[in-house]
Amino acid sequence: MKLISINDISYAYDDKIVLKNLNFEVYKGDYLCIIGSNGAGKSTLIKGILGLKNSVDNKEIVFNNIKNIGYLAQKTSIKKDFPASVNEVVLSGTLKRDVFGIFYSKKQKEIAKSNMQKLGIYDIRHKSIQTLSGGQIQRMLLGRALCASDEILLLDEPVTGLDPIITEEFYQLIKKLNQNGVTIIMVSHDIECAIKYANKILHLQNEQLFFGTNKEYLESDVAKEFLRGAHVHNK
Amino acid sequence: MYIISEMFSYPFIVKAIIAGLLVSFCASLLGVSLVLKRYSMIGDGLSHVGFGALALATALNLAPLQVSIPIVIIAAFFILKMSENSKINGDAAVALISTGSLAFGVMVISLSTGINTDVCNYLFGTILGLSNSDVYLSIVLSIVVLITYALTYHKLFAITFDENFAQGSGIKVSLYKMLLAILTALTVVLGMKTMGSLLISSLLIFPALSAMRLFSDFKSVSIAALIIAVICFISGMIVSYVYATPTGASISMANVIVFLIFSLIKYIKSN
Repeated sequence: MKLISINDISYAYDDKIVLKNLNFEVYKGDYLCIIGSNGAGKSTLIKGILGLKNSVDNKEIVFNNIKNIGYLAQKTSIKKDFPASVNEVVLSGTLKRDVFGIFYSKKQKEIAKSNMQKLGIYDIRHKSIQTLSGGQIQRMLLGRALCASDEILLLDEPVTGLDPIITEEFYQLIKKLNQNGVTIIMVSHDIECAIKYANKILHLQNEQLFFGTNKEYLESDVAKEFLRGAHVHNK
Repeated sequence: MYIISEMFSYPFIVKAIIAGLLVSFCASLLGVSLVLKRYSMIGDGLSHVGFGALALATALNLAPLQVSIPIVIIAAFFILKMSENSKINGDAAVALISTGSLAFGVMVISLSTGINTDVCNYLFGTILGLSNSDVYLSIVLSIVVLITYALTYHKLFAITFDENFAQGSGIKVSLYKMLLAILTALTVVLGMKTMGSLLISSLLIFPALSAMRLFSDFKSVSIAALIIAVICFISGMIVSYVYATPTGASISMANVIVFLIFSLIKYIKSN
């Protein structure tokens, strides 16, 4: 089932095109990695998918059967001195449009609780985020994203700044979610892990250099060029 | 105690206290989001616009609140749009509007009634500022602000904490930001006569900042800000009554003192 289709969409800042002619689809159960160097337009594409940035000529991305996207921001986008508890942040993921009220419903609380338990952060739910470690913050943000959508997650450089053990744990967690049917779109620097875990690759460099399965990608010229530069040991 | 019962024997003071308390509730709650969203200057800018509007209304002999509320709401809209526009520097835009309005207000006052104690009252607040209809209007509107805040509390938290995420989960972020600006505009106008237009933004900013010294989740900060605002308002009112000082300045000083005490406690705790 096709969840997202992007047909011939470009993005620009002040008449300067930063992403040209994107064409790709995301299917249910996909694990899509978006790769590219700094300034390649990855963040712009995320903004586009989240509806924070309009495309050139206001062409719309087509969403099928998606009500919400669970978005996991870069950790750096979270203000570390913000007064909020883990519980408050995770619960805020259950907010959907047109729901009002002073109190969260029982159902919302249960969704938040089960996600916190799944991610092993239920015991620290009353802690302030000001006191959390990097790995705990990332789990909390993942919990919030899962509350927003257990169908599709959009992860923006999720492992930046995490130590290798926590990083590996995090990838395993995402892999497990994907195996349980959650569609994953991940923006990553880490091309090695992208190829290891994803089933599809989108390579950007201000335009779409490559889109296809990771097997096709490994055989493409784009990958050979890029991997040489990235010093990745493939086999 | 005698002073307090004496104060409460004047109906106009009782009314001023009721109206002022409600405005303090609104200001302290909205202030948490404003401070965290780096919108503190918006409240300040709006109060200066309010001063201009108030001066104009007085000169034209119109009802002050009915004139200034729409003007300030429109200003809130423009300030928010300007601060989002990357081409114009946001805080410069606020400064532009606020000094412009202040100058306009002073000109209007000096051309109509001349600079006198009225101007001082406008700028620093007076306990005698509110007419009967002002009081009723501000009670009704404060309650509207409080109910709106309560209904949108979680969404305001979400957009304050992480706008991008909120947008992704389907919350209309720009709508709620506008709502925040409008609620702030209403609160600023309602509190302006008691607090004075130079000092009203202290009602927005200080309780939130003080609360953040000692509390570290959103709910506790909001509740603490509310309590701090109430205590500072009442003690400021009493000081203003006893020493005949401008009400706004007295309340702001109470807030400054609380902020210093809380900062000290935080400092001692962290060592």
